[in-house]
Amino acid sequence: MTKLLIPETGINRRRVLSCMAWAGAGVLWTVSGGVPRSLLIGDADAAGGSLTFAQISDTHIGFNKDANPHPENTMTEAVARIRAAKPSPSFVLHTGDITHLSKPGQFDAAQQIIKGVGSDVHYVPGEHDWLDDGVAYKQRHGAGTKGDGWYSFDAQGVHFIALVNVVGFKAGALSSLGSDQLAWLKDDVSGLSASTPIVVFAHIPLWAVYPDWGWGTQDSAEALSYLGRFGSVTVLNGHIHQVLQKVEGNVAFHTAMSTAYPQPAPGAAASPGPLKLPADKLRTVLGVREVAYVEGQQPLALTDATLSA
Amino acid sequence: MKRLRFLLSPLVLTAAVAILAANVFLVFGNLSHRDAAAAEMPGVTIDNYQFAPATLTIAVGSSITWTNNDSDIHSVAADDGDPVMFKSAGLDTDDKFSFTFTKPGTYLYHCTLHPHMTGKIVVQ
Repeated sequence: MTKLLIPETGINRRRVLSCMAWAGAGVLWTVSGGVPRSLLIGDADAAGGSLTFAQISDTHIGFNKDANPHPENTMTEAVARIRAAKPSPSFVLHTGDITHLSKPGQFDAAQQIIKGVGSDVHYVPGEHDWLDDGVAYKQRHGAGTKGDGWYSFDAQGVHFIALVNVVGFKAGALSSLGSDQLAWLKDDVSGLSASTPIVVFAHIPLWAVYPDWGWGTQDSAEALSYLGRFGSVTVLNGHIHQVLQKVEGNVAFHTAMSTAYPQPAPGAAASPGPLKLPADKLRTVLGVREVAYVEGQQPLALTDATLSA
Repeated sequence: MKRLRFLLSPLVLTAAVAILAANVFLVFGNLSHRDAAAAEMPGVTIDNYQFAPATLTIAVGSSITWTNNDSDIHSVAADDGDPVMFKSAGLDTDDKFSFTFTKPGTYLYHCTLHPHMTGKIVVQ
């Protein structure tokens, strides 16, 4: 039920419902043997990971339209889920669009809510966090970062890389990382052994999910070329408010649910605008993710859990 | 019959005057009468992640108002210039942004959140 990467046969109604449940709460990531896998949050115990962390995304504090008039409430529910997850996540990755309009009060409200996880939170900005050219974001989350906010850190032998791809948009083009960040990335990983598990996180997908809607990153191929020699690379993104995944060689790509509102599947609507669902369905498409890593075993285990599960 | 003609002629006259007035307004109101054009405030709307009309032609000195009708936020920023000639803040639903074009030329712009959204203003 919980292994997203394993194709299921004989899907029954219960299975379908559980798949739908992934569409919204949170994802637990377990890194086992260097390859992250997602699990439903409640099942992360089974993973027995030596490192567990959570991903939360697209909290959009300040959004107040019909699709979800109170994203602060659903974010609070998502945070409570992460706090209750077993095993307890060592830290949380926030993959951007913390706020809806980059307002200081929205950043502060989000920070107040996310304190509830009781562990460190590592951020990358979304384009909604950069409407003031990153001033309010960098005041709060820029310490110790390079350039427009990129950085890396290590945990339990896993190398985490935070990339920023929401700055300097060019008309008619996809977002980009830019040459400065690419040069930094190349240097950042140059001294690492090829057996080091790598987790990259950034807001906009680092693969071409749907370029017509801007769901991709212009120069992501160059970034990934620096990671080609590593045995296990996991890329975690937000931005598209739904779980999509793809495996390409040694690289596994995963997008996450929002905690605020859903967006349509690629090309399924006239535009990627917020989807309004009946109130009792909203929590089936919002969620968080937990990841667990077990040394010496193969993939990272991912758990996507909805707020309704 | 005579009585009917008596009734009709003022109507015909009124209609003729109205058509004439409308033509005068079309010619002078749109092309040369800047005050009237400004009062109408040519506008661009944002619906479904698109600027409409995608190309708008205006007279020098006109102001344009962009209005966001989407439930997501958008922005309006000139493609060129350092600093760029115009750039709005994030526009929430129903928010507006206006800019006055004082020089002839073709001005390309985009949404900084969704750069696949592009538009053009031609100032004559």
